[in-house]
Amino acid sequence: MALISPDNRGLRLATRYAVLVLIAVIFIFPLVFMLMSSLKPDQQLLLDSGSLRAFMPVGDISLENYSAAFRRAPVATFIFNSVLVTGITVVLSLAICSAAGFAFVFVNWKGRGVMLSILLATLIIPFETTAIPLLLLASKLPWIGLDGITWGWLNSYRVQIVPFIADGLTIYLFVQYFKDLPHELVEAARVEGASWPQIYRKIVMPLSGPILATAAILKFLVMYNQYLWPLMVTQEEGYRPVMVGLQYFFQLNVAWGEVMAYLSMITVPVLAFYLYLQKAFIASIASTGVKG
Amino acid sequence: MASRFTVSNRTGWLMAGPAVLLIAGFVILPFLLAVGLSFTNQRLVSPNPTEFVGLANYNQLLDLALLTVEPLKDDAGQTVLKDGVPEYPPIRSLTRNNPDRPDLNGMREWFSFSSGGDARLVVLARDVVFMKAIVNTFTFVIVVAPVQAGLALCLALLINQRLKGINIFRAIYFMPVVVSIVVVSLLWRLIYDGQSGLLNNLLGTLSFGMIPPIDWLGNPSTALGSIIAMSIWQAVGFHMVIWLSGLQTISPTLYEAAAIEGASKWQVFRYITWPGLRNTAVLILIVITMQAFGLFAQIDVMTNGGPLDSTHTIVFQAIERGYGKQDISGGSTISVILFVIVLSISLIQRWLTREKS
Repeated sequence: MALISPDNRGLRLATRYAVLVLIAVIFIFPLVFMLMSSLKPDQQLLLDSGSLRAFMPVGDISLENYSAAFRRAPVATFIFNSVLVTGITVVLSLAICSAAGFAFVFVNWKGRGVMLSILLATLIIPFETTAIPLLLLASKLPWIGLDGITWGWLNSYRVQIVPFIADGLTIYLFVQYFKDLPHELVEAARVEGASWPQIYRKIVMPLSGPILATAAILKFLVMYNQYLWPLMVTQEEGYRPVMVGLQYFFQLNVAWGEVMAYLSMITVPVLAFYLYLQKAFIASIASTGVKG
Repeated sequence: MASRFTVSNRTGWLMAGPAVLLIAGFVILPFLLAVGLSFTNQRLVSPNPTEFVGLANYNQLLDLALLTVEPLKDDAGQTVLKDGVPEYPPIRSLTRNNPDRPDLNGMREWFSFSSGGDARLVVLARDVVFMKAIVNTFTFVIVVAPVQAGLALCLALLINQRLKGINIFRAIYFMPVVVSIVVVSLLWRLIYDGQSGLLNNLLGTLSFGMIPPIDWLGNPSTALGSIIAMSIWQAVGFHMVIWLSGLQTISPTLYEAAAIEGASKWQVFRYITWPGLRNTAVLILIVITMQAFGLFAQIDVMTNGGPLDSTHTIVFQAIERGYGKQDISGGSTISVILFVIVLSISLIQRWLTREKS
């Protein structure tokens, strides 16, 4: 048995940190490269990529690429669309999926077991396998608006929102969470004559902070990062979200400085949000893994 | 919970109804439509009425044939040699208007191999690009699933130590997960660039200029590998977190007991950690496999299926046809094929990893 001397321990600790730092560099360098490059003119950006200068804000630094990006594409519209579509979907998803979870766990009704099994079975259907028929469906659906009945949902906000409000995973997460809440509370409230909406609003929802945060974060990530679906259903730029807007930047003559500026604009807010709520983000991903 | 106070059919249907309707309309209905449309010739916009075509779409995509090709003989019956190797007739002359094999009309060579003698066996496919897409997708899944799961486990074990500031490292490793794969793909296009890409510059510097620049995404032999590496980089943090939550469910008393018994690090992993992670492992494998079969955005942003079809994937093909060419029935057929593949693989995985009792 070798005794661990203080020196030995110090060395081992240093090695551990060295490994951790090295791996951190691998995960972070493209993001640092993106931010730094967004501040440089194209020529310098490409020259710098031959040295560590690629990761440093040195040389001819300016925000010129950012204003050029705004001139090239309606960036503000894209950002507005993404925020609107993501925000509305998250809110509606929380309301409708939590209500469904509530009904599946606390209320006794005919058909509840079958319905829950069917909803959970849809988890095995990848979105990619329904995207094409959904496109056909969306091109034919009716909508009742201010100008009467119109046909076809393509090029609208609703086509980006409605299909993603309810999903098997979100409902499953609510069901799992509600199962661990004390059922006696609900039963007692019923016995005392509370109505179902009251129980949902005044008893269950106030206890559901963690699961609401988890479901909101997962939905936010999926919706903000959507690419395939909006690519297919928004031909008019007035409805396009930020990820589809990227196409304006990598078609002919890629201007890398502008690309990096645009990427930074659509990524940094999400990264900041993530770093601010880091624990909640990681907990929400972890909760998708505790299936039985 | 069987209390009569909680019975209410009306409340149950009212509260679950909206979610049930939305999922029925936007998940189950499109899925059934995909199956139905795959037997028709439906297009997104078409002046002609839709017709039932049976299995024609499946046949068009999946039809394969094996053909034995004899070398060319000269008038004396001798094999014609060209540069020392036997010369073969062009495949087209055998598939087009061949009275003996009308079924081969329209098929193209996928690959061929020698059958021992002079004859060559040629595998023909009606849709060679789709066959390549299937092979590429399977290659992607077979590499990504074990490598990503394994690396994620290593990271989770590394992060699970009690060290000052470990949360900072966890936050950094997880960072790429919150960045859109579209953004990541575009970013890596510049890193992989054939001339002034970061990767080439790094390799050049490390090897003192011995390694010449490689056009990572422009070369058929490196393109798919480059996309694989980037995809793992982006998603590994996701599965690290899931492993980590699995690790934290293992009771610390087991580790204390092992320490008292003087178990080695490997023994602790082999007999305590790994058995404790069983369910997590099954889940991670199934999730990564399902995600990997959906490979699309990386291809769309980085290579468009090229070079030489080396990065075409099943989903990319489905979208290219169903959306790009507005061939809804063709795209639906590919979607159904993908679903059958994903379902069979997850059933096989479940069966292989079932609890043996």
